[in-house]
Amino acid sequence: MLQQRAARHRENVNAMATIEARDLRKTFGTTVALDGIDLHVEEGRILGIIGPNGAGKTTALNAILGLTSYQGELKVLGRDPWTNRDELMRDVSFIADVAVLPRWIRVSQLLDYVAGVHPRFDRAKAESFLSRTTIKRTSKVRELSKGMVAQLHLAIVMAIDARLLVLDEPTLGLDILYRKQFYDSLLNDYFDRSRTIIVTTHQVEEVQDVLTDLMFINRGRIVLECSMEEFDSRYLEVMVNPEHLAAARGLNPLHERAVFGRNVLLFDGVGHDQLERLGEVRRPSIADLFVAVMSPHSQNVSVSASRQRGEPAGQADQVGAAK
Amino acid sequence: MNSSETMSETAGVSDPGYRSATRQPFYWSVRRELWENRSIYVAPIIVAIVVLFGFLVSTIGLPERRRAILLGDPVKARAAIEAPYDMAAIMLILTAFIVGVFYCLDALYGERRDRSILFWKSLPVSDRTTLLSKATIPLVILPLVIFAIVVATQLVMMLWTSLLLISHGMSPASTWEYVPLFRNSFILLYGLVAIALWHAPIYGWALLISGWARRATFLWAVVPFLAIGFFEKITFGTSHFASMMKDRLMGFAPKAFSFEMHSVASPQLTPGAYLSSPGLWLGLVVAVVFIAVAIRLRRYRGPL
Repeated sequence: MLQQRAARHRENVNAMATIEARDLRKTFGTTVALDGIDLHVEEGRILGIIGPNGAGKTTALNAILGLTSYQGELKVLGRDPWTNRDELMRDVSFIADVAVLPRWIRVSQLLDYVAGVHPRFDRAKAESFLSRTTIKRTSKVRELSKGMVAQLHLAIVMAIDARLLVLDEPTLGLDILYRKQFYDSLLNDYFDRSRTIIVTTHQVEEVQDVLTDLMFINRGRIVLECSMEEFDSRYLEVMVNPEHLAAARGLNPLHERAVFGRNVLLFDGVGHDQLERLGEVRRPSIADLFVAVMSPHSQNVSVSASRQRGEPAGQADQVGAAK
Repeated sequence: MNSSETMSETAGVSDPGYRSATRQPFYWSVRRELWENRSIYVAPIIVAIVVLFGFLVSTIGLPERRRAILLGDPVKARAAIEAPYDMAAIMLILTAFIVGVFYCLDALYGERRDRSILFWKSLPVSDRTTLLSKATIPLVILPLVIFAIVVATQLVMMLWTSLLLISHGMSPASTWEYVPLFRNSFILLYGLVAIALWHAPIYGWALLISGWARRATFLWAVVPFLAIGFFEKITFGTSHFASMMKDRLMGFAPKAFSFEMHSVASPQLTPGAYLSSPGLWLGLVVAVVFIAVAIRLRRYRGPL
């Protein structure tokens, strides 16, 4: 078992995934923040990590960014983020939260400083992003609106030629125009296939068309992971005609909810043709799937998620036992 | 020190634009501190203005007093003429100490309180570079700032006195003779270096507390020492700890200078005695330990 793991580990290093984690764990006192997370993120992906508050999203990101120590194996761009953090930060950018830019600093000072310390910062690029906004170089951060601070931070981050960008709730508290603009600029002006982006957010509907991969975590564990292609092919939602309800329930839906007196059932891996006969079929939103997965009566989802990864269901426990 | 950071990128960067400017994380970190903490130079300048204003008021009727002084004992004359200049220097050095301690107490605390530590940590500047740039403020920058402001203040005082005396038909020579500006500047510089190094463990301690405490950094920094002092006094009736603390605050003076009472000459510089005093080196070792701990703390601590 251990040899097998070591061999697999070598393989992964050769493949140079952007992020490679095995059995990542972190506890704060008696609180388990990360309960054995396996992660494999390839270059060129945009991964959305979705989970309720306190699910361990920020802890996972902090481990990836070398901001917190952890148990288990973790490699980011081939480096251990905790011990090689200083080197790693040349290739990684992050927006850890909205409004972490120091409030006392002037926009021009901020550009001077980042240009002075970051080997991969292209000041001209940042200036050109800023010229599309109403942000003045002489303003202090405290004089800018929340949306403008987010624009400023994004302009700086997009001007850094990083290989991994981590965004933890980057649009929290912004109005819808800024949020839309934020993801539009990210996709149009920054993202290319040589970069990787990880984003956590509660505003799932806005990232649905941005992501290439999706992951739900809850209580420190991954409860679902799939690519967006898989998401689109596997999950379908049907507004069932009342006369077909019993038949629909017989197909083992993940979740059932009532909308305007009619029942909407969410299915995993049931064919489109088959469902069409039961009612109106549509593509579910990430939020719909999230609710379905996080509801207490959907234990079968985590099993299907493991199956989809091609791993035996109890694999995490086996790894735990091997230690 | 920051070779790993200044080492320019060789692999993976194709655009030569990234390499055009050499990155100087330490230099920019020090500048950043000066942007954020303008009190480093504003506070001494305000004190200097107050001192100058006080001096201006005190020179009302100066020519008459100067005449009387010069008729008496030259030692007393010298003391009287020089006193306001020494006072100005002492006030400004004291200001530097207070500014330095409060700067250090906020240096690692403020960035955790306003969460900006998450931004600073997103840049490739190590905790060590950050801490060294912060320690540079009280140990190098403040002494230089104070040196410049003291010299400027004393120069203004002397020019004002000279103008006043000349306008009353007197020679300003007595001022220039008793207050040798060039020699005083040299003594001042020596004294500032001696004080900064002697106080290094105090600044190191303040940095450590600012990286550790979750609130009330000043209380955490000061109360333990008061408690130990009171405990010793109550329990054993002695005050060794208090005199140790007093030595750390003021002990540089008898080591770095030799004051001859009632002498016309300025204090003698005794760099040999200063450099060979165990207190200096012990203090520096303690300062290095405190700063090393502060570097570790910044590594582990996130926003409050």
